[in-house]
Amino acid sequence: MKLGKTIAEKILSHKSGRDVKANDIVIADLDFIMGQDGTSPLAIKAFQDMQAARVFDPARIAMVIDHSSPSPLEGVSELHRQMRVFAREQQINFYDIGEGVCHQLVPEQGHVVPGDLVIGADSHTCTYGAINALSTGVGSTDLAAGIISGKLWFKVPETFKFILNGRLGEGVYAKDLILFLIGDVTADGATYMAAEYGGEAVADLSIEARFTISNMAIEMGAKCGLMEADQKTVEWVQQHSRKEFKPVFADPDANYARVKEYDVSALEPQIARPHTVDNVVGISQLGEVSIQQGVIGTCTNGRMEDLRIAAQILKGQKISKEARLIIAPASRQIMIAAMREGLMEIFLQAGAAVVTPGCGPCVGTHNGVPSDGENVISTANRNFKGRMGNNKAFVYLGSPATVAASVITGQITDPRQFLL
Amino acid sequence: MKLAGKCHKFGNDVNTDYIISGRHKFKTLDMKELAKHVMEDLDPEFYTRVSKGDFIVAGTNFGCGSSREQAPLAIINADIGAVIAKSFARIFYRNCINTGLPLIECDTDQINVGDQLKIDLDQGTLLNETTGAVIKIAPLPPVMLKILSEGGLVEHFKKHGTFQFEE
Repeated sequence: MKLGKTIAEKILSHKSGRDVKANDIVIADLDFIMGQDGTSPLAIKAFQDMQAARVFDPARIAMVIDHSSPSPLEGVSELHRQMRVFAREQQINFYDIGEGVCHQLVPEQGHVVPGDLVIGADSHTCTYGAINALSTGVGSTDLAAGIISGKLWFKVPETFKFILNGRLGEGVYAKDLILFLIGDVTADGATYMAAEYGGEAVADLSIEARFTISNMAIEMGAKCGLMEADQKTVEWVQQHSRKEFKPVFADPDANYARVKEYDVSALEPQIARPHTVDNVVGISQLGEVSIQQGVIGTCTNGRMEDLRIAAQILKGQKISKEARLIIAPASRQIMIAAMREGLMEIFLQAGAAVVTPGCGPCVGTHNGVPSDGENVISTANRNFKGRMGNNKAFVYLGSPATVAASVITGQITDPRQFLL
Repeated sequence: MKLAGKCHKFGNDVNTDYIISGRHKFKTLDMKELAKHVMEDLDPEFYTRVSKGDFIVAGTNFGCGSSREQAPLAIINADIGAVIAKSFARIFYRNCINTGLPLIECDTDQINVGDQLKIDLDQGTLLNETTGAVIKIAPLPPVMLKILSEGGLVEHFKKHGTFQFEE
């Protein structure tokens, strides 16, 4: 029996004050807690039903309006109002319409650092694993329990280690890599486990690209998508947060429930076909798929790097007459930076509709519901039937480069045709 | 806890957007209203065919996708007695315990549409009265049994003020 610990075992040991291993049950202290507008109203109701008066520490809590931002319906507006009242009463961090998507804001605004234990009432909370935080999605009632007590119970997960060797080629990105892995292990391949992503291919990626990978850990069923912190991590975190931190590394003799090793050098762009995220195929195997709508944005791929590569492809081009493109930068800061770099003009001249930072196009609330029979190619992380608000539409997932190339030609297109 | 009812069957990877669509779940907290739309994108008539205490029976990875608690709440409000599946996605699993929706993990290949089931959660037994099969149920971890037996996490917190798993 090896005595070393995985990243998850170490973080849950630190935060519970016990020496724990996989399958132990712990009650652990939380460093940060987040809710969005699809989950916070129920959490506020649970908070009241639990007869609590005050949250445990306002500085460690954030609520974000992003899923329906700005509100498209009066029912939603009422739920937003409840959030604003609660946030003001409790003095927690609050991000209103236009600020951005929760999983961009939480790290961007410096709320999470390496070694942290974080919960969010949103399944893509696993995103911050990219900066070495154990972050995981929970439901509204767990959120309420967390903001009252500052703690949550966890079963310490086993870990599935992914070793990614080689380097991604030109025109192949982090999104293609994570889609490939999900297709390989399937939608419940890592259920109940922590995923650890490492190897030279990951080390080669920027922090923004690493967020894309950790963001989709949930799509293989994982509890979290952890990475180790390196110099890039330390620099990025120091640029965004004033919190002190100590990175957590897995021991060389840690116990892994599963280990898979890959060489990613020959990987081509990947597409997830309707209607599951693990229905993945290399773009050369896809066949002809005409596109009526493209979406670039979301917590998966709405960052500056994503916008820059899309702009590189869209510059001087016009979108196909048969297609539409919606672009949603993941935060206000990103939108401002994109403006300063001239990206907005490129998008608008190409014919894109640029919308408020938010989740709308991904999650079917507003900002781009497709019509019956339409094919959408999106940089989002889910393509379930009805996901974008119409159960008679078809959603394909790909990288920002793939989406940009595809809306120009009007069919799903290998972006390398535009880049090489 | 004893449960009895007839079965409605679904496949693998039934995600929470199928359980309750994004078209509906963001605009109201009225769970009775959301209950009318349960499983709509997979089976538009589902809600009309449910009798109180019936079971949803499914394959692997039931409840994958989003963390939204509207999924188990809509199922509870549609008067479903329990969800029975070969395996569950983890956030959904926790949300069911927290909201008081019983979950049963077992081999559902032995259960068909319309079968009448009799379940005793304390004994850990599932009897398919239609086929006569007795199916083994995986026991819930003690922490989850405690929360479920107290009626869910809200009741647990009302009683103890915080997480309290020791006697």
